[in-house]
Amino acid sequence: MTTIQERVTTTEPVVTRKKRDWSVAVRVIVLLIASVFVLGPVLWTLSTSLRPPSESFKLPPAFLPLNPDLTSYEQVFKQLNIAALVVNSALVTGLIAVGQMITAALAGYAFAHLKFRGRGALFSIVLATMMVPAQVTIVPVFMLIRGVGLSDTLLALIIPAIPTAFGTFLMRQYFMGLPGELAEAAAIDGASPWRTFRSVYAPLAMPGLAIVGILAFNFHWNEFFRPLIMTISEQNFTLPLGLVSLQGNLGTGSISVVLAGVVLSMIPALVVFMFGQRALQDGLTAGTGK
Amino acid sequence: MSTATSTPTGTGSEPGRRQAAHKNAQGTKRGRVQQRWLPWAFLAPTIAGMGIFTLLPIVASIALAFFRWDIISAPTFVGFDNFAEVVQDPTVRVSFLNTIVFVVVAVALQLGLALGLAIMVQEKLPAWLRVFFRSAFFFPLILSAASVSIFMRYLFNEQFGVVNWLLSIVGIPAVPWLTTPGGSAAVVILVYVWQNFGFSFLLFIGGLASIPVETYEAASIDGATGWRKHWFVTLPLLSPTTLVASVMAIINALQVFDQPYVLTRGGPGDSTRTAVMVIFESAFQRLEFGQASAIGVILTLIIMAITAAQFRLSKRFVFYQ
Repeated sequence: MTTIQERVTTTEPVVTRKKRDWSVAVRVIVLLIASVFVLGPVLWTLSTSLRPPSESFKLPPAFLPLNPDLTSYEQVFKQLNIAALVVNSALVTGLIAVGQMITAALAGYAFAHLKFRGRGALFSIVLATMMVPAQVTIVPVFMLIRGVGLSDTLLALIIPAIPTAFGTFLMRQYFMGLPGELAEAAAIDGASPWRTFRSVYAPLAMPGLAIVGILAFNFHWNEFFRPLIMTISEQNFTLPLGLVSLQGNLGTGSISVVLAGVVLSMIPALVVFMFGQRALQDGLTAGTGK
Repeated sequence: MSTATSTPTGTGSEPGRRQAAHKNAQGTKRGRVQQRWLPWAFLAPTIAGMGIFTLLPIVASIALAFFRWDIISAPTFVGFDNFAEVVQDPTVRVSFLNTIVFVVVAVALQLGLALGLAIMVQEKLPAWLRVFFRSAFFFPLILSAASVSIFMRYLFNEQFGVVNWLLSIVGIPAVPWLTTPGGSAAVVILVYVWQNFGFSFLLFIGGLASIPVETYEAASIDGATGWRKHWFVTLPLLSPTTLVASVMAIINALQVFDQPYVLTRGGPGDSTRTAVMVIFESAFQRLEFGQASAIGVILTLIIMAITAAQFRLSKRFVFYQ
């Protein structure tokens, strides 16, 4: 993608040099203003979380944390069991990501390289389930979870999220990009079909699996709707839920404390952003005909 | 590939190799049996999981829409009563209306903003600046909608919020953002668009990159410049991307929940209550699971109808190269 994009840079018609410079400058200014509107609220959140709670609503606002003060971070640990929230979020998100990577790799491989009757029809059904909004299936899923005695547990969040239509689709695409001759060669070596998958295809599909894992992590780390429904007691809350309830409890009293929690909850997302941005972008736009 | 060359049998002649592969794949009877069930072993976790947690719930949801059930007493069959009640319920009606207005305004803003910024980023620009803008516009997507709504609620505070402070600099008196119906709706839309336009932006960047440079060269030879170039070349050639981006934006916007829930809880009154919020409330606050399912079925039908309509329209308006 990068290569194509780099190629299409000069879409400007041939005009005088002076005029072109002027238009570039205007564009850069407009884009910079847009960036300020996008990044400003996040910077304000960071800098406000680094001020003493009494100065939360100080105007004019400070966008740069010049004299960092960690009172709010101490407070958020005292007023909110944030360690438990982090553990819950990490457990839920981590297990969903690993579960999705394993099941999507297996199913994606079967759809790409194994032959069986009804393969096309079954794959169409898998794709069709992506169109059904989660809010429509949540009531029966909630009842099912309640029926098997898992309501208000972390498992209620983890298990239903593991089968993934989108992940299966991505992995199928990825495996289809790997030649079928590899399986033939492995068969000549006497490798069983499982060995072929495990030792030949799966290692080669690691970049695709990483995309599935990163997408799952990002989505479920930020998820709000399902935890709101599936968990009741605070000890089972995930981070977004805990932070929203903290905001409700504190009102507008000490917003810097709430914002300190928000900043802490963003750290894993920031790490993903710094190291996996490309994978995330490619994964999010996969299957859109790009 | 390296596996093939390092095999012990790899030194044999071509027919010999093929025979070996053939024997291994379907030789013994046991081998053939294994081949049959093997794909299903790979598929089992996904198929079972989707059956239990997606397909079964879809069927159950449709069935449940015809029953009255509060989870405590036994469900009773009520025919189309749930649908009749839901359609007449003023809160449900207002929520669907709100959702439609939200979708129209938010999606128009999101696509317009994304397209404009994508065109500006994609034209001649130093590479490092392009990388910076791409990352900046993508950034909100990785945050949680709940967290974003938490800090946005403070920024839109009527007395102490940064937004009203900024407006006061240009002489606009304090706007009662979260305490009036219009203000609340505007905040929900702005916060939603702020977080989601980056996704459409990425799609447009991809679409713009696939337009051949030669097309622009031809257009400029014909004398097209500036906005004319975009109107007559970019927009028609980008229409497949625009279709995908608008379908995805509309489907996502129809399901909006986190932002209005955290920002306004649907208020003041019902002014920012959305379709998914009434599903949530009738199921998990009023325990009317049948009605919740009926609303869900209606929402799904609307989503499917809009998707179908857009692909229909696309046959007329989308220009494929």
